[in-house]
Amino acid sequence: MYRSHVLVCGGTGCTSSGSQKIMETLRTEIAKAGLDKEVSVVQTGCHGLCALGPIMIVYPEAVFYSMVKDEDIPEIVSEHLVKGRVVKRLVYEETVTDEGIKSLADTDFYKKQHRIALRNCGVINPENIDEYIGTRGYEALGKVLTSMTPEEVIQVILDSGLRGRGGAGFPTGRKWQLARNLVQDGGQKYVCCNADEGDPGAFMDRSVLEGDPHAVLEAMAIAGYAIGASQGYIYVRAEYPIAVQRLNIAIGQAREYGLLGKDIFGTGFDFDIELRLGAGAFVCGEETALMTSIEGNRGEPRPRPPFPAVKGLFERPTILNNVETYANVAQIILNGAEWFASMGTEKSKGTKVFALGGKIKNTGLVEVPMGTTLREIVEEIGGGIPNGKKFKAAQTGGPSGGCIPAEHLDVPIDYDNLIAIGSMMGSGGLIVMDEDNCMVDIAKFFLEFTVDESCGKCTPCRIGTKRLYEMLDKITKGQGTLEDLDKMEELCYYIKDNALCGLGQTAPNPVLSTLRYFRDEYIAHVVDKKCPAGVCKNLLTFTIDKEKCIGCGMCAKQCPGNAISKTDYIAPGKKLPAMAIDPAKCVKCGACMATCKFKAISKK
Amino acid sequence: MKSLEELKAIREKMQGSVALRSEDSDQTRVVVGMATCGIASGARPVLNTLAEAVAEKKLDKVVVTQTGCIGLCQYEPIVEVYEPGKEKVTYVKMTPDKALEVVNRHLNGGSPIKEYTLNSTTL
Repeated sequence: MYRSHVLVCGGTGCTSSGSQKIMETLRTEIAKAGLDKEVSVVQTGCHGLCALGPIMIVYPEAVFYSMVKDEDIPEIVSEHLVKGRVVKRLVYEETVTDEGIKSLADTDFYKKQHRIALRNCGVINPENIDEYIGTRGYEALGKVLTSMTPEEVIQVILDSGLRGRGGAGFPTGRKWQLARNLVQDGGQKYVCCNADEGDPGAFMDRSVLEGDPHAVLEAMAIAGYAIGASQGYIYVRAEYPIAVQRLNIAIGQAREYGLLGKDIFGTGFDFDIELRLGAGAFVCGEETALMTSIEGNRGEPRPRPPFPAVKGLFERPTILNNVETYANVAQIILNGAEWFASMGTEKSKGTKVFALGGKIKNTGLVEVPMGTTLREIVEEIGGGIPNGKKFKAAQTGGPSGGCIPAEHLDVPIDYDNLIAIGSMMGSGGLIVMDEDNCMVDIAKFFLEFTVDESCGKCTPCRIGTKRLYEMLDKITKGQGTLEDLDKMEELCYYIKDNALCGLGQTAPNPVLSTLRYFRDEYIAHVVDKKCPAGVCKNLLTFTIDKEKCIGCGMCAKQCPGNAISKTDYIAPGKKLPAMAIDPAKCVKCGACMATCKFKAISKK
Repeated sequence: MKSLEELKAIREKMQGSVALRSEDSDQTRVVVGMATCGIASGARPVLNTLAEAVAEKKLDKVVVTQTGCIGLCQYEPIVEVYEPGKEKVTYVKMTPDKALEVVNRHLNGGSPIKEYTLNSTTL
């Protein structure tokens, strides 16, 4: 029995900023103070506010320490844990008020959030199955096995309106129903979990696996019961070592407790789960490629139909759901379909997790009800754009999605609205861009990614994306023509219509959406040969304002191309001659501008 | 594990400790003064007794926490009970035995123990 719990985030973000060391020091200091029987240190999953990591919360007071440093630990232990005095200077500043410490749930970041998929992330120790059970874990599995028929389970999921959180938004209950009914030969069926999260900037699946792995295992067992499968596979990226480790621990504990394996709860239902590690190919997040990879073959997609519900893994009926989708299932079973359907919009129910990144103050993981506007996410929860810059666009859906401009900030986010404005939900990456981001360059970045990740099986994707990339590259170098823009658009539609799998079919989206909303930027690159955001190097010129230059010569020392030399002009009030850049020698690295203390160098 | 009962047993065993991490506004807060004066006069065993008894009785609407010096050092160990919508009750010169009584009669039973409070002490 511990009177106080100190929760330290052990997610990937906080681990990389040193939370393991902090936990170690905490344990030592707590033992030194003789409190090791009273205060327990608990490693949890991600709390969401990754920008403030390493994160530490002391319960029962719920005091939130942010950006904790190893050297602060002795003070926190001797002041807070021994004497009960909160170390205010180390507490997340938004929670410190005149009346004392404000609850974390009342901060801007958490106030508008509604955590269902992430409900246990940052709350329980993911490596301890008892803590999961303590938050009603495996109760839903017990309920379906002992008091519901598979049809009833499917009906609840159907009624809840849960749609696939991996991106496309196919109704989950419908998928399960197809897998249950289409093939009736009594043979093996499979339940798969897609944990091959590959979108640049997206990390919600990783956080669920790291913070609450049992929620996924429980939901997969429920799905197994619903469709009549006894074997599950989780396909997870090898680049997620912490997630893999915690999944392995979780599977081991669940087997030990008999919550996976033979005759679960004495009902005669068998279900087991194995892990399969992906080697990091983006295309393996596509369902048919993923299953091909589990089978031991090179991860390449195949045409659909036949859909996986008919012929999936090892040519048997298979359902494949995303991690976040599974994370909702047990909650729906426990709280009922109406509860889940009461959240969200007409056609998109429940909540969605977004990974906030880019030019935003509170980088991290947020879960909001469907229908929340982009403005609420960016300005309220995310804390707005740093350094007083202006919002330009938000990119959702990674390389398959598009950019949403400021004019659509008030659109309620759900599957259908995002498609209507030329983007898509995708897995939930949300990258915020400000006026310093060049939209052509962004499109080029995503195309470079798809060119790299195209598996090469079908021509439209293999060659089409490469040609698209080349045209974008030409434009960013100032060699594009207006005709290129039209050609590019035509090629986009061609690829969309003809590519074999989701990767190719959605690859042109970043180009199409930027062309739609930021055509003027493309035209500036093509006609004026200028990059308005000042990103595309070939279109920039660096100049020194000779009136501001004091002639210190620091820029010349930094210049890798020896492009900067003295002039014979001395500005009034200055002692040394001003410097000047030779545009013919300048490689446009920006080193001079970064080093100049007098803001005498500008790029245009 | 072969039955729902076993699952329930684990859940109940864990509930107390996981509930410690919730942030409810209708919780009763039991605060123990844990500054140097409080610790010196024996606040730590009081705090631990309170925490254990609350968990044992499964009073999930009660949190036991600590604070610094309340300013009445001669009356330490001091325990304050904040119930939502009620006036604060301050217990002074606490011992583990008195703490147990507070849990049984006040936190569980609902009636404050007048003779242990600051009001009944002659200042």
